[in-house]
This record gives sequence, structure tokens and C-alpha cells, in this order.
Amino acid sequence: MTFLAALLGVTLLAQTLRMSVPYVCAALGGVWSERSGVVNIALEGILLAGGLAGVVVHVATGSAWAGVGAGALAGAALGALHALVVRGGVDAIVSGIAINLAAAGGTRFVLRALYASSSNSPPVEGFRSVQLGGAGGGALLERTLVDPLTVATALLVGASVWTLHRTRFGLRVRACGEDPGAAASVGVDVRRVRLRAVSLGGAICGLGGVALAYDQHQFQSGMSGGRGFIALAAVILSGWRPARAAAACLAFAALDAVQILVQDQAHAASGYLAQMLPYVATLVALWAIARRRGGGAIAGRPPAALGKPME
Amino acid sequence: MSPRGRAATGAAVAGVAAGWLAFAILVWIYGDSPREVAGQLLAGTWGTAYGVGQVLYKATPLLLTGVAVNLALRAGLFNIGAEGQLAVAGLAVGAAGAALPLATPAWIALPAVIAAAPVAGAVWACVPALLRARFGAHEVISTIMMNRIADAAVGLALACGLAIPGTVRTPDVVRGARLPRLEALGLPSLHGSAVSLALPLALVVAALVGGWLARSRIGRETTLVGLSPTACAAERIPVARRIGVALVLSGAIAGLASLAPVLGSKGYYESGMGAGAGFGGIAVALLGRGSLTGLVLAALLFGTLEQGGLVINARVPMEVMSLLQAVIIVAVALADGRIRGALQRGAWA
Repeated sequence: MTFLAALLGVTLLAQTLRMSVPYVCAALGGVWSERSGVVNIALEGILLAGGLAGVVVHVATGSAWAGVGAGALAGAALGALHALVVRGGVDAIVSGIAINLAAAGGTRFVLRALYASSSNSPPVEGFRSVQLGGAGGGALLERTLVDPLTVATALLVGASVWTLHRTRFGLRVRACGEDPGAAASVGVDVRRVRLRAVSLGGAICGLGGVALAYDQHQFQSGMSGGRGFIALAAVILSGWRPARAAAACLAFAALDAVQILVQDQAHAASGYLAQMLPYVATLVALWAIARRRGGGAIAGRPPAALGKPME
Repeated sequence: MSPRGRAATGAAVAGVAAGWLAFAILVWIYGDSPREVAGQLLAGTWGTAYGVGQVLYKATPLLLTGVAVNLALRAGLFNIGAEGQLAVAGLAVGAAGAALPLATPAWIALPAVIAAAPVAGAVWACVPALLRARFGAHEVISTIMMNRIADAAVGLALACGLAIPGTVRTPDVVRGARLPRLEALGLPSLHGSAVSLALPLALVVAALVGGWLARSRIGRETTLVGLSPTACAAERIPVARRIGVALVLSGAIAGLASLAPVLGSKGYYESGMGAGAGFGGIAVALLGRGSLTGLVLAALLFGTLEQGGLVINARVPMEVMSLLQAVIIVAVALADGRIRGALQRGAWA
């Protein structure tokens, strides 16, 4: 019994880590964008676009690393597009909706154009070459821990915290999100900083898409399955802080992992309830933030100039 | 034409032009002839009576979600939640229609079942409305969350007894609760298309909402709140209440958008039915720019795109249409900013 419990524990841990990667990447993308003052509900679409770009380049070149680069580039491109459209005077929500629409349709379009199927790509290796043998929780944990994208994600969390709080670029990003007028008055090019921050966030989010697709060893249309919105929820719950956002993502991934493990025994209802939980928690957090405006709410407060255009 | 009307028309023209351009480029990239595919698209939509019927059928929910999003926009709110409000309402309509005794006459069944739609949509909009009106929490995030919760809640309700076991659809609604198709109401040339009484119903709702916004005291106050909440607060207009009511009404109208597929076409609710009309409504509202004619024309345009996607799907993937939708949304929003800026500069000069 204790052996089973231990096995379950290790398996659960491994599954949680494995499933958290796309969430964490998307949430970091959201933090970078929103801390610079640009609302980003396009994470869902960027995950899809990054995943497809990664798989397409992987299939074409045979190199998983080339795919990773392509996914990050595609994410950065969509991030830059979002920042530029917003700079052009379009509401960030409108731009985000348009990007999500375009990504959902565009990925299917590309799938059909390249692979004559609107539902999935041909299989890809991903980082299977580094896969270790053996079944069971322990082996899965080992595989997850040596997976380059898991390692990269963990490093990116640390790097984001450090860059945001300890570097000049991070300071400028935060200044643009808090008070773009003041930032501009001391010579910061707010538009350029926002463009860079949102593109950087897009690149990280694109990596998350690649991780998602490599994990399934193919791209499937609509495979983001709401993860971008969960990541957005994590960003809000964390009070727009990268480390806490990653922690929230781990919690949501653990929820997913539990769902997978108990899938056969439990009634379908519990699955749906677990599916709702992150969103309900976010509504509660929104309420808490709004109730104690600017104070020490459970979650922290949004960047002061979030969603405000630069005049 | 007023400056505002001129800006709206200019933006709409720019949007449609950008859409056509994107269409031509995408079809060309795909390796087909844009001219031929466009011809096929027009022939399959506006070229036959059946095609027109199908366009009208697809445009019906889009008009209602467009009216819903527009109503919220006029109050200064962004209702991203039409998608979830529509899903919950569809389930409510399907469940209510199936729960009635088989012999219920239409004059009882129809009003009862139709009423389920706005009620369910309004209930779903209550949470964001309350969060916004009472606590000032931004409605965009809360409506996004409510959309995702709706997905799970509808699945949960279907799994817990509202669906036929083993499926994700409700049983058929009783005969009396079906909305008759227009082909059965003296328009036999529309034979086979799913356009139903839901279309005139949607037009009436759109006109009523337009009239309410323009002529009633509360409606006018709502649009004023959208223009300047602080000025309204100074004039003792209950800003929070106007905002809350606008969002709940918006949810109710979005709920009505479920009637066309559930009661007019299929006769039952199935998981995912009507999906996309919520986001389509945002496009309609942005393109329609608040005027009744504009909303109707925008709904017809996007209805044409939706049906046109199905027509050309054998040659070019129909997903090209959601790309077009995105291009049109962005182009309209960009052009609108530009034109409005130019008009303002003109006014200053």
C-alpha cells in the first residue's frame, strides 16, 4: 500500500511537471506582456502558432532544436504583431481576439495546405532521442527532468524573475507598465520597450506551444485546449509576478495530473469540476483584488497602466 | 452624412477591402485561382435561394450576439462572454423543450421555451455584471473566465442527466416548441435551408434594443454612461446600476442567439452548438458600429463568410474564413482609429 502510494506520488509529480511546461511558458509570456502595460489575451493563439511552427520545421528539417527555434520565432512574431497593432490604436482586447481567431483558423489552414489534414500533423520525434528506457513513475520523472524544454522552462522562470527585477530592461518594462508618461519623461522609449517585452513574452509562450506539441509527438488542431486562458488566470492570481505565476501553473497542472490518474475510477462529474476550478479561483481573486483596490489583496495588484495606451 | 457616420462607413469599407485582399492572397498561396473561388463563393451563397436561406440562417445568431456585444459596448463594456452565455442558454432551451409533456400546444410551449434563453444568458452574465458594478472588477477577464466555466458546466450538466446517455445531446424538444422554418411559412423557394422564424424574431429584438437605447430614458442614460461615467455620476445617474443592467441585458440577448440552431434547425441542443457565434458577434458589433443597419449588414457579411466557407471547402480550406474575420476585425479597428484621428485633426485645424 505504501509502495503504491509512493509510486502514485512519483507518477503524480512527474505528470505535474510534464504538464506544467506549456502553462508556465504561456504565463511567463503573459507576465512579460502585461507588466509592460499591454493586455494579452492572445496567449491561447500564440501557443497554437508556436506549436505548429515547431512541428512544421521539425518535420521539414528533422531537427527538434530547429523546431524549438521556429516555435519561439513564431511566438515572437505574433507578440510583435500584437504590440504593433495595439500601438496603431487598436484596443488590446480586440487585437487579442483577432489573433486567437487567426491562429485557430490559420493553423488548420496550414495543416491542410501542408499535410492534407485539418486535424493533425505527421508524427514527430520531439526530444525522444534523450528518452530513457523503462516504464512507471520513476522513469517518467527522469525523462521529464532531462527533457530540454522542461529544463529551459525552469531556467526561464528564474531568468524572468531576475531580468524583471534586477536589470535595466526589466526596470524599464515595469516603468512602462506602471506609468508610461513618467518613463517617457526620463527618456525611455515606451513603444520600443513594450514591443520588446511583448515579443519576448510571445517567444516564451511559443516555446510552450512547442513543448505541448513535442509532448504529444504531433500537432493537433486546437490542442492548446484553453491552456492560454488558464495561464492568463495564473498571471492574475499571481499578481503579475513570474515566480508565483509559475507556482500557480504547477497547481493547475497538478489538477490535470490528478484528473488523468483517477480518470477511470471517478465519475465524469469530478473531471468537469476540476476543469472549472482555475477559472472559479480567478473570479474569486478578481473579486478580492477589486474589493481592496491597490491594497495588499491576496493576489497583488495589476500594473497601474495596464491596458492604457501610450499618448 | 455625419462625421461619425462617415468614419463608420470608411472603416467598414476599409475592413471589407482588407478582407477581400487577404482572401485573394490566401487562396493564391494555397495554389488556387482567387477569381474562380470567389465566383464559386458568391454563386453558392447569394446565387441560389437555398444559399440565401443558409446565409440568413448563419446570420441570425450573429445578428443577436452582435446586438448583445454592441449594447454592452455602448455602455462602455466589453462583453467577451457572449460565447458562454449562448452555450448555457442553448442547453437551457434544449433541456426545457425536452422536459415539456409531448402534447404541449405551441402557444404554451414556444413562449416558455423561448423565455429560457434570455433567462439563462442573463443569469450567466450576472456574475461579471455584479463583479463590475459592485466591485469594479474588469468585465473582460471575468467574462473570459465565465466562458471557460460555461464549457465545463454545460459538459457537467449534460453528463449528469440532461443528455441522452452515451451522447452529448439533449433529447428532441417537443413538437410545439420548434420554431417553424420560413419555407413552411409561405417561402417555399427556401426549401432545405434552416432559416426559421428565429430570423424575424432577431430583427425585432435588434430594432427593440436600438429603440430602447435611442429613445428610453434608461437606454439614453446607458449610452451616456458609456461616454463619460464621471459626468453621469455628477448628474446623479446611477452609473453602477446602468452598467450592471446593460451587461445582464447583453447576456440575455446573447442567450437568444441560441434559438436559431436549437429550436429553428436541429430541435435539440448538442455540446458545442452555436460555438463561434459569440466571438463572431464581437466582429459584427465592431463592424456594425452601433447602427441597426450596420449591424444587420455586418451579420449578413459574416453569415456569408461562414456559409461561403462551407461552399468552397472542397477547394480551399474553410478555415480561411476565420483568418478573414480576424483581418477584417483588425482592419476596421485600425482604420477607425485613423479616420477618427483625421476627423479630429480636421476639427482642430
